[in-house]
Amino acid sequence: MQRQVALIKQSLFDQGYLDEQFVELEELQDDANPNFVEEVATLYFKDSARLISNIEQALERGSFDFNRLDNYMHQFKGSSTSIGASKVKTECTMFREYCRVGNAEVFSLFRTCDECRCLRTFKQLKKEHATLRKKLEQYFQASK
Amino acid sequence: MDKGFSPVGLRVLVVDDDPTWLKILEKMLKKCSYEVTTCGLAREALRLLRERKDRYDIVISDVNMPDMDGFKLLEHVGLELDLPVIMMSVDGETKRVMKGVQHGACDYLLKPIRMKELKIIWQHVLRKKLQEVRDIEGCYEGGADWFTRNDETHYLGGGEDVSFGRKRKEFDFEKKLLLQDESDPSSSTSKKARVVWSFELHQKFVNAVNQIGCDHKAGPKKILDLMNVPWLTRENVASHLQKYRLYLSRLEKGKELKCYSGGVKNMDSPPKDAEFSSLIHKGETDPKQLASSSVSDPSSDVHMPPKAKKTRVEFDPPISSSAFDSLIPWDDVIEPKPTILYESSFLQQQPLPSQSPYVANSAPTLMEDEMKPSYETCVNADEFLMPQDKNSTVILQDLVDLSAPSVISSNVTNDTETMLRSLNWELPESHHSGFIDTDLDFSWIQNEHFLANTSGNFQNFQFQDYSCSPSLLSELPPHLWFGNEPEEYTLMIDNGLFIS
Repeated sequence: MQRQVALIKQSLFDQGYLDEQFVELEELQDDANPNFVEEVATLYFKDSARLISNIEQALERGSFDFNRLDNYMHQFKGSSTSIGASKVKTECTMFREYCRVGNAEVFSLFRTCDECRCLRTFKQLKKEHATLRKKLEQYFQASK
Repeated sequence: MDKGFSPVGLRVLVVDDDPTWLKILEKMLKKCSYEVTTCGLAREALRLLRERKDRYDIVISDVNMPDMDGFKLLEHVGLELDLPVIMMSVDGETKRVMKGVQHGACDYLLKPIRMKELKIIWQHVLRKKLQEVRDIEGCYEGGADWFTRNDETHYLGGGEDVSFGRKRKEFDFEKKLLLQDESDPSSSTSKKARVVWSFELHQKFVNAVNQIGCDHKAGPKKILDLMNVPWLTRENVASHLQKYRLYLSRLEKGKELKCYSGGVKNMDSPPKDAEFSSLIHKGETDPKQLASSSVSDPSSDVHMPPKAKKTRVEFDPPISSSAFDSLIPWDDVIEPKPTILYESSFLQQQPLPSQSPYVANSAPTLMEDEMKPSYETCVNADEFLMPQDKNSTVILQDLVDLSAPSVISSNVTNDTETMLRSLNWELPESHHSGFIDTDLDFSWIQNEHFLANTSGNFQNFQFQDYSCSPSLLSELPPHLWFGNEPEEYTLMIDNGLFIS
C-alpha cells in the first residue's frame, strides 16, 4: 500500500499536476492536524467546483464578459496555487491572457477567435481539474 | 541573528475570501507561533479592527476580495489604525505592486506564500514601532531628551477610558525596550495607543493648518494648540501632518500633470532629461529582464533588488522578500536640509522607513471621499484626482518630477502650496546626489522611469493603465498598442502570458 501511495504521488509530480506547494502543505501536517493536506484538498475542490460553475454560467449567457471571466479566473488561479495544482494554474493563466487580449480587441472577428480560445482553454482546464481530483482521491485513499 | 527567529504571540489578522488559503495561512502562522485570527470578508475585518483597536499587531490581506477592494481596506487600516498591512495576491504585476505601495502596504507577497515569508513579518511591526518612536522624537526641537520631555505629554489610547498614567508607563517601557533590546521583538505584544483621525478631527487639523498659513513656525505644536483637542498629542499631530503634506505634494504634482495634459510639454525639461537618462543608463538592468524576473515565476515573491546598504532600523536581519525594498532606498536618498519654512527637527522625519510616504499616499483617497470641503479651502478645487485612475499615473510622475522643481506650475499662489513647493525643492538636489553618491540599486525604480519616459505623452500614461480602462484602448488603432510601447508589450510577454 505504501508503495502505491508513493507511486501515485510521484506520478502526480512527474506529470506536472502538482508542484512544490504540495510538499509545503505536507510539511505543515503535524500531530495537531494529521489530515491537514486532505482537508485542504477537500476545501479546494469544493471551492473550485463553485468557481467552475460560475464560469460556466458566465459563458452560457452568450455574450462574453472578459472582465468578469478574468476576475473568476483570477480567483481560480489563486485558489489553485494553494494546493500546488500546477496544470490547472497554467490553464488559468492562459485563459486570463485570452481574456486580456479579447478585451482589448477591436475587430470582432479577432474577438471571436479569443472567445474560442477561452472556451477551449476552459475545457482543458476542467479536464485537468477533474484528473487531479481523481488522482488525489486515490492518493488519500491509499494513504489511509 | 537566528534566521528562524520570530516573536511569539504576534497578533495577526488574516483577511482572504479564499477559504483554502485562509486555512493554509492560519496553519502557517500558527506554526510561526503567532496568534491568528482569520476573516473571510473585508468588511468583517474592518469591523473587528475598529472594535478593538489594540487587538492586532499586523494585518495580512488579499488584494482581490468580493465585498471590498483590498486596497481600500489597506487604506482604511493604514489611515485609521496605523497598523502595518501586508498585501497578498497571485498577481505580481508591477503595476499592482506599485498600487500597493501607494496605498500604504508594507509588503506585497505573491501566492503561493512560503513559511519563510511569514516568519519575518514581525519585522514590519517592529519597524513601524521604531518609526513611531522616531516620529515622537522628531517633534521635539533639537531632539531633546525624550525621557524628561515625557512628563509634559499625555497620550490617548483607542478608547476614552484610558488612564494617562498607565499609557505613559507603557510608552516608556516600549521605548526602553526598543532602544535597549532590539533582539527581543516580543515587545511587539505591548499595547500601543492609536489615534483614529476621524473626519471632525481632521477638519480641525486642516483648519488649524490653514490658520497658520505659511508662518515659519508652523509646526505640530502650533497646530496642536490651535486645534484645542486636549487628548491629542504633538506626536499624533506631527505624524498626521507629515502624511498630509505628502498628500498635498501629490496633489500638486497631479495638478501639473493636468496642466500638461495636452501632451505638448513634457514634465521633463531638457536638463532633467539628461539627468534622468543618465540615471537610467546607470543601471545595467534591462527593464525586460526585470519584468521577467519579477513576474515570470509566480511561485516566488516579486523579485526586487537587494536592500540598500543604509538601513533604517537598528537591527541586522534584512527584510527579505519585500516588494518595497527598492522603493525604500528612495526615501533614504532624500536627505532633507532644513528650510526656513519648517522646524528642522520635523524635517528629519522625511527619510524614515517606508511607512510614511506609503501611508500618506493612502490619505488622499480616503480624505477625498470624506473631506472634500476642507480641502477646497486650501487647495484649488479642481485638483482632486480620481484615486483609481490617477494614482498610478501620479506616482510615476512623482518619480519623474522629483528632479524638476522648475516646472512646478506657476499659477499656484496658495500659501500651503508655497510651503510644499519649498519642500519639493529640496528633494531634487539630495535625490540627485543620492543617486550618484550612494550605492543603491534602484534599477527597479528606473524601470518605471523608463516606462514613463518612453513617451512624453500624457495619453500614454493612461495607456499604461489600460487594463483599467479598456474602452480607451479600443479607440486606439492597433498599431499603437504594440508600436509605441514595446516595453509594455515585452512586459506582457515576459509575464509568461502568451498568445497562441
